[in-house]
Amino acid sequence: MTPLIDIFLYILVGLTFFCLFRIIRGPTIADRMVGIDIFGILVVGICALLVIITGRKFIIDIAITWAILSFIATLTLAKYLSGKKLNE
Amino acid sequence: MNETISLVFIGIGVAFDFFGCLGLLRLPDVYNRLQAATKSVTLGTWSILFGIFIRYGFTGVGVKALLCIPLIYFAATVAAHALMRGSYIFGIKMWDKSVADDYKDEWRKK
Repeated sequence: MTPLIDIFLYILVGLTFFCLFRIIRGPTIADRMVGIDIFGILVVGICALLVIITGRKFIIDIAITWAILSFIATLTLAKYLSGKKLNE
Repeated sequence: MNETISLVFIGIGVAFDFFGCLGLLRLPDVYNRLQAATKSVTLGTWSILFGIFIRYGFTGVGVKALLCIPLIYFAATVAAHALMRGSYIFGIKMWDKSVADDYKDEWRKK
């Protein structure tokens, strides 16, 4: 049972490198923001798997907080892209 | 039994995440990348969290994972829509083989 979960965790950590590649090599600025957005969603899945592997139950709180912060960060970046100030 | 079902859900979720990130890596355009990656990765993370809920049941961890599902669902879709609209307004070009641009007329009217 447990080695399968370990393999899933390794796959997810490898997928974050795909996002990192897109953040570094993105041709435009929007590509980098897409990479940041997808990275934030992937980390929630990684935190959820870490609950099973380590058995420490506070990590799911980190997942919820990371989801909210990633949402706010992406909305702020989208506001910046569309050329508005942050209080509009 | 519960552990086996939760492993199946987590496996489905990891597969969806993998194909979404493959789309993020391979597709030619920011719009294509965004629509491939957001839908697949959101559904994959949904499935992983649902596997956590099945494994732990109605305990603290399970209910928190169940709470995280609609949060991810609405947050990711709204963020993707805002990002796509922002990058269109910023003036990022589509791929040269794209065939439809319905938002152009809508944007010109304003």
